[in-house]
Amino acid sequence: MASGVKPRVKVPGSASAGEGIVIKTLISHPMESGQRKDSDGNPIPRSIINRFTCDFNGQNVVDVKMEPAISTNPYFEFEATVPEAGEFKFTWYDDDGSVYEDAKAITV
Amino acid sequence: MKYKAMTALAALAISAPVLFAGGADDDTLAIDGQEMITKTAAPAHMEGTGVDPIMSGWHFREDDTQSMQADTFDNPGMIFVDQAMDAWNTVEGSADKSCASCHEGPESMEGVRAVYPKWNEEAGEVRTLAMQINDCRTNQMGAEAYKYDSAPMAAMEALISVQSRGMPVNVAIDGPVAETWEQGKELYYTRTGQLELSCANCHEDNYGNYIRADHLSQGQINGFPTYRLKNAKLNTVHGRFKGCVRDTRAETYAPGSPEFVALELYVASRGNGLSVEGPSVRN
Repeated sequence: MASGVKPRVKVPGSASAGEGIVIKTLISHPMESGQRKDSDGNPIPRSIINRFTCDFNGQNVVDVKMEPAISTNPYFEFEATVPEAGEFKFTWYDDDGSVYEDAKAITV
Repeated sequence: MKYKAMTALAALAISAPVLFAGGADDDTLAIDGQEMITKTAAPAHMEGTGVDPIMSGWHFREDDTQSMQADTFDNPGMIFVDQAMDAWNTVEGSADKSCASCHEGPESMEGVRAVYPKWNEEAGEVRTLAMQINDCRTNQMGAEAYKYDSAPMAAMEALISVQSRGMPVNVAIDGPVAETWEQGKELYYTRTGQLELSCANCHEDNYGNYIRADHLSQGQINGFPTYRLKNAKLNTVHGRFKGCVRDTRAETYAPGSPEFVALELYVASRGNGLSVEGPSVRN
């Protein structure tokens, strides 16, 4: 069970229609790869975020599958075009079944 | 060809360190638009050291690393500031208090980081920020002290540093702290370990040069606690001191020891005039 997981998102508050904007996301997470061993030699079970998605008004913007080699606190930066006012919804899926969500509204 | 040219240059640099010293870039740092002082005239007490101007370690890092610090969202150190924000409001200990019970918001810590380490009249000692945090925790909150260079301590120092971001470091070196300051200065120039290196050998005589693959900075601590890409966490001043002394192949002083406190005071005073940058991003 990952503790202290906290998503952070940066989206501009407004944009003009059709404009490309930069979105930055960061989530604090240990991203335990499953390859490491603890001090007693027992394997530490894998605990990573395996999927990240971003949707805008129900339409998918990015859908990322993540693998164990990704380092701690995964950061994504991507661009999106904003056709209309609405809401970006961000979702992270943890190995342990937890789902972390964040949303940011944008005006045109 | 290029390799040979580089080697020749390196050879020259070794034979004439003063001539080739520098190596820092001329970029300017603005964090979220707020201008930082990363280069300024050396404080008066550094006359005769040959170090002028003083420069933040930021100048000695690659552009990618530099730009991470220019935006608080891109700065991975800010994650720990968020964590410390939670700790700030968490009630702990027998007195049923949190940091917020006495100090309200962390904004009340504005300017604090810039003047530490400083003299505490009541206790009759020089106190670092970490010592003050632990004093609050044990005496005011009745909570357990943080381990001196632990993650929660580094995070709390980062939260307090952020409140002073952009303010010039202004550590007092006279009056009651003078004795400790002198002790710190002596440590700075004392060679340690099998390699017989003092702080000054690298950070005063050779800043701007490379020690193997590492670009030597002036060893300024205005950016601490520092998020290092190599270990993906915040690093404290004393943690860094320990690493440096260890690299000279010496037995190190312990984080929080009187020796390191004195050294922190002295090194901090060498950065008087630079902006508080903490948490900075370094490699």
